[in-house]
Amino acid sequence: MHELSIAMGIVEAATEEAQRRGVQVSAVHLRLGALSGVVKDALLFSYEVACEDTPLAGSKLIVEDVPIVIHCPACKENKTLISLQSFTCPDCGTPTMNIVRGKELEVFALEVEDEEVAQ
Amino acid sequence: MTEPRLVEVRRNVLKQNDVIARALREEFRAAGVFVVSLVSSPGSGKTTFLEKVLTQLQPQYRVAALVGDLATENDAVRLARSKAPVKQITTGTLCHLEAAMVQNALQGWELNKLDYLFIENVGNLVCPSSYDLGESLRLVLMSVTEGEDKPLKYPTIFNSSDVAVITKNELAVAVEFDWETARKSIESVRPGMQIFRLSAKTGEGMQGFQSYLSQRLAEHRAVAHT
Repeated sequence: MHELSIAMGIVEAATEEAQRRGVQVSAVHLRLGALSGVVKDALLFSYEVACEDTPLAGSKLIVEDVPIVIHCPACKENKTLISLQSFTCPDCGTPTMNIVRGKELEVFALEVEDEEVAQ
Repeated sequence: MTEPRLVEVRRNVLKQNDVIARALREEFRAAGVFVVSLVSSPGSGKTTFLEKVLTQLQPQYRVAALVGDLATENDAVRLARSKAPVKQITTGTLCHLEAAMVQNALQGWELNKLDYLFIENVGNLVCPSSYDLGESLRLVLMSVTEGEDKPLKYPTIFNSSDVAVITKNELAVAVEFDWETARKSIESVRPGMQIFRLSAKTGEGMQGFQSYLSQRLAEHRAVAHT
């Protein structure tokens, strides 16, 4: 269970980006690859804990699941894997390790509200 | 209050670890040391296997090991019997090693005086898969007592590893281990992966693995010098 340290990394990255821009974060959008080794439910649970006593307290974590995409050497095309247990082209069955997507663990956007300028 | 808007940031959450891992990999390359990390579930025989590997390599090669555990220095004590330099990393509550821990543990080491460095990760088939340690080779180990479908249950760690070792082969008959099913499981989650089946206890298959390591070291140095 390393999701808490991953969640803390997310909060840290998002806080830095928010402070640099002078904005308040209401939600963090995360791209999470099926091969990232991170369990989504555990991460969502950990996120709340990681946010406590930080500028991100009360913000939401919105996870976009990224499936594994391989490049099939036979079809010469990118294909989405059906199962994590089988690294073979879903159409022609050719085994491959040409992984194009699926390892993502990336904060890709923040939902922000601009901080009100002091009167 | 203004309306919420979406700002694109694109930040890799593990960037800090990846940056350190890249620096380590470069340092290892420059020093000419071949670094092997070992991952497995607890109790699959990583330490016994590593003790044998360290002992067997030593007449010919200069070897050292780092070993990660939540607590105790027992594994370092066991590995030290091989007479190789060994350092324990105790992670406390952390279930995996991170690149910064490896970097800290190696402070003051003369890497150019080594041929091989082994990094034994904490026994865990889940969390270590996310963390690059700068290694040249990630070795996943499973024992015949764990069941042939272990790779299917933990596809991420098998997929992220470079080579598989199946240990405790001396128990294969007793536990009715089906080699072909295990081989297929590994091939399914990690096509083309080389597999060594051996017994660290009896020594069966250890010579073949050692030849493989020698070959990989030679390749590593050939590439490093081009």
